[in-house]
Parts: sequence; structure tokens; C-alpha cells
Amino acid sequence: MEIDGQLVADRPSLWKRFSRNRKAVVGLIILIIITLSAIFAPWVATHDPAQQDLRARLQPPSAEHWLGTDNFGRDIYSRIIYGARISLRVGLISVSIALALGGTMGLVAGFFGGRIDSVLMRIVDVLLALPAILLALAVVATIGPGLNNVMVAVGIAYTPNFARVTRAAVLQVRELDYVAAAQALGASNLRMMFRHILPNALNPVIVQVTLATAGSILSAAGLSFLGLGAQPPTPEWGSMLSSARSYIRVAHHAVTFPGLAIMLTVLALNMVGDGLRDALDPRMER
Amino acid sequence: MASYVLRRIFMLIPVLLGVSILVFLIVHLSPGDPARLMLGERAPVEQLEALREQLGLNDPLPIQYVKWLGRVVKLDFGRSIRSNRPVVEEIAARLPATAELAVAATVLAILIGVPVGILSAVRPNSIFDDVATLGALAGIAMPVFWQGIMLMLIFSVHLEWLPSSGRGDGWQYYVLPAVTLGTGAAASITRMTRSTMLETLGQDYVRTARAKGLAERLVVYRHALRNALLPIVTIIGLEFGGLMAGAVITETIFAWPGVGRYAVDAIRSRDFPAVQGIILTFALIYALINLIVDVLYAYLDPRLQVRYD
Repeated sequence: MEIDGQLVADRPSLWKRFSRNRKAVVGLIILIIITLSAIFAPWVATHDPAQQDLRARLQPPSAEHWLGTDNFGRDIYSRIIYGARISLRVGLISVSIALALGGTMGLVAGFFGGRIDSVLMRIVDVLLALPAILLALAVVATIGPGLNNVMVAVGIAYTPNFARVTRAAVLQVRELDYVAAAQALGASNLRMMFRHILPNALNPVIVQVTLATAGSILSAAGLSFLGLGAQPPTPEWGSMLSSARSYIRVAHHAVTFPGLAIMLTVLALNMVGDGLRDALDPRMER
Repeated sequence: MASYVLRRIFMLIPVLLGVSILVFLIVHLSPGDPARLMLGERAPVEQLEALREQLGLNDPLPIQYVKWLGRVVKLDFGRSIRSNRPVVEEIAARLPATAELAVAATVLAILIGVPVGILSAVRPNSIFDDVATLGALAGIAMPVFWQGIMLMLIFSVHLEWLPSSGRGDGWQYYVLPAVTLGTGAAASITRMTRSTMLETLGQDYVRTARAKGLAERLVVYRHALRNALLPIVTIIGLEFGGLMAGAVITETIFAWPGVGRYAVDAIRSRDFPAVQGIILTFALIYALINLIVDVLYAYLDPRLQVRYD
């Protein structure tokens, strides 16, 4: 334990390692701004996102409408701000589903090993036999379109990734001496899994959560764009883009800005995820 | 080598069986009566009964599955609810378009991703590397549908250089869809190439090669790249498989007459036999590509060959 303690003390803190990476810090700042705008949307937005003004349809950006208006004369800037709420929620809920399902599968498979492991991993193999977007489409085909169903679909699509990552991390930790010590002291399986193994296997899972949130926001926006997710008039970025598509020749801003919003969010999450991976992964240390 | 390939093919069978169960359940896990879902609320009772009979919906589930699987292995996915044509014909008519697009996008992604990744790794933290790394990050974050529409706006609407949609004669029709579909893959390949090249360039044998005075070009291409190829090949294979399915969005934007667009239409109109057929087809293609990648892997890596011979 003392050696362990020594090693930990010599390592710079997580924040120090993370903040060495300029891109990761920029990503984190962007992410904080997006999150705050989503939380405080009623104060950050300049208009009601649902308010139509048919006399001001498809207006270019102006002092009144910072990012212009859409085909119903709704303020695009305000819709994007409210859309951040939807996209962040979609990302968080999808990843929570994937984490709950996949994380549990990986934890149980890695901890018990043997037959339970092979059965669970065969299920994961089957899920991985379909590319993520196709798996999500299959789920939407089954349970029907709609934003809530898309969250479930994307969550299931990311489940195998979490199962694999968690299992790999658990396998590494399980072999450590302190786990054997806990077992010798008579800890129950549940206690061992959640108290001793999981906290020490979390790092790769945290990285996966960040990156998968980015991926699921992108996938869900894509499904909404295809008309299978959020339905108009919901200010969801993918569906805003889809409805604005028909007016691309006269008002490209209605397409441009929601797309930039998606890209910026996903980019920020990926930069944070990459930074976390470098900071949390001991192999990357100099 | 042959035994390895056989074993690998054998391992595919349980996975594909699992996928078939999943696909079979699409109809049966859907809330509501499948026959009514497919024919609509106001369908007459006789028609519903006829469809139930045709799909065997009156049998117990396991029997339905076995019967269905018996037909599926003979490539009989049933008839499309919408067009009443065999689903297999509908897919076969569209598959070449999707394959063409995916191949074009993959070739483009390799031509961009591999050289950029190598150059980035050779000069890490240079301006080139920074721009390439940021470009790759943006390429992964960019929504395919947005990129497609923006490209269309610039090159078709404003500049009028390229056709905005459809699959006509001539390479011009391929440019925008292939670029749109290939960007994400190019970004992933760039990142993978860069990181594996960085790793191999730091190996002892590379230092030895440099120490004995080999030209830098030889060191990079003969010593480092060769050993970095395995993960690069893997990601190219994975990306290609993903691109076939990823064509769903690209095909919808560019009105490309492929399987992806057919999939979206089928899901929207609840054409279950079509949805099942499409997903099985994609799963089979994806599995075959992964098989080829694995075999190629064994072929490229002499260590694996020794292990399996």
C-alpha cells in the first residue's frame, strides 16, 4: 500500500495532467458554455423558440435576429440555444442507457468469468456484428420513430462498446492483490464488484462516456434529420436542419447554424474525451 | 493459414445466427399486431388474415423463426409490403449503387488519411501536424448530413460545378456523395495512421535503422510503415463496413438510389420484410468484410501465420 501511495503522490494531479493539453482545455471551456446556455436558456435566448412571425420568414442574420429566422419566422439563435437542452439530454440519456446495460454486462462478465463471461460476450459479438448506425436503425424500426425511442436506440447501439471497455478494465483490476485480500476477508460478490473493482476500473469507462456522448449526439441528430427522431416543431438541431433543407437556395443560414452547433458540441466533447484519455491512461505518462 | 480461415468462417455462424434472431424479433417486439402495423389501421379482416397466413404469424414463435430462417438462408426475405416485389430483388437492384459509393468513399479516405497520417507522425507537433490533427477532429465531429448539404450549396448551387443529386453517367455525380461519405473515414484513418506510426517510429529497430545510416524515406516506409500497417488495415476494413451502412444518410441527401435510402423509406413505411432483408444483408456484408480483414491480418503478420499453421 505504501508503494502504491508513493506512486500516486508522485503523479501530478488529474487536472494538472489534463490542463497540459491545450485542445482539451479549449474543449472543456466550449462544453461549459454550451451547458450553461442550455441550463439558462430562457435568459440566454432572445426570443421564444416557438414564436412564429410569418412576416419575418427566412430573414438573414440581423440585430433583431442574430442568426436569422427560419421558414416560420422563428428566431434561429433562440432555437439553437433551446436545442442544446435537447441534444445534451439526448446524449446523456443515451449514454446512461448504454452505460447501465453495457457497463453491467462488462462488470459481470469480467468479474465472474467462465461461462457467464462467454454467454455475455457472445451477445456483445452479435450486437457488434451490426455497425452502430444500423443497430440504431433496427431498434427504431422495432419500437417506432420519435425522440425518446431514438435515445433508447442509440443507447442500445453503444451498449457493446461499454460492455467491452468495462470488461477489459475489470479483468485488469480483478487480478490485483487487494482484490484477493478483500475476498479473503469475506467480502460479498456485490461488495467486491461495486466497492473494490468498479472504482478502480472507472478510468477507461469515463473516457468512453465522454466520447460516446459525442457519438450519440451525432447519431441522434442524424436520425432526427432522417425524420425518425424529434419531430417538428421541436427545436432539435438535426430536425431543424432537415426542415430548413428545402430553403437552402434562399436562406442557407437556417441550415448552416444548427449544423455548426452540432459540430461544435461534438468537437468539444471529443477534445475533452481525448484529453481525459491522455490524462487518465498511465501508459501515456512521460 | 487455411485452417485459420476455416476456423474464422466457422466462428461467424453463431454470430450470424444471433443477428438473425435479432432481426426476426424486429417484427415481433414491435408494439401491436404486426399484420395491422404493416397494412394500416383500416385494412379489412380478410387481408389481415391473408398476410398473417403469408408471414406465418399464427404459428408459435420458435416455429415461426425456424420457418423464417429456412427461407432466409435461401435468400428469400419475403415480399415488400409496399411494392409487393420480392425484397431480395429490391435490394439486389440497389446494392451496386451503395457498393460503388462506399468503395469510392473508402478509396478517397485512404488516399487522404494514410499520407496525412504519415506526414503528421514524421513531423509531430509541426504546423502541418496541428492542422491535420484539428482537421481530423473536425472531420469526425462534422454531421454527415450538414456537410453534404453545405457541399451541395457551394459546388452545385453557387459554383454550379457538380450535379446536386442522383446517380447519372459520369464521375461528376460521384464527387459530392463520395466526399461526404468518406470524410469521417478519412479522419479516423488519419488519426489511426498518425498514432500507430508515432508508436513504431519510437521503436528500437527504427533507431537501429537510422543509426546504420539508412535514408529517412526508407526508415519511414520500409521499417515503420510496414509495422504500422496492421492497425491501419483494421480500421480501413471497419470503416468500409461502417460506410456501407453510413450511406443511409448520404444517400438520402443526394437522392442516391441505393440500399441506404431504401432502408429509410422501409422504416418510415413500416415495411418489415424489407427492413429485415436490408439489415441481414448489411450484417452479412459487414461480417464478410471483417473476415477478409482478419485473414489479411494473418497474411500481413507472419507471427499470426506461425501460430495457426
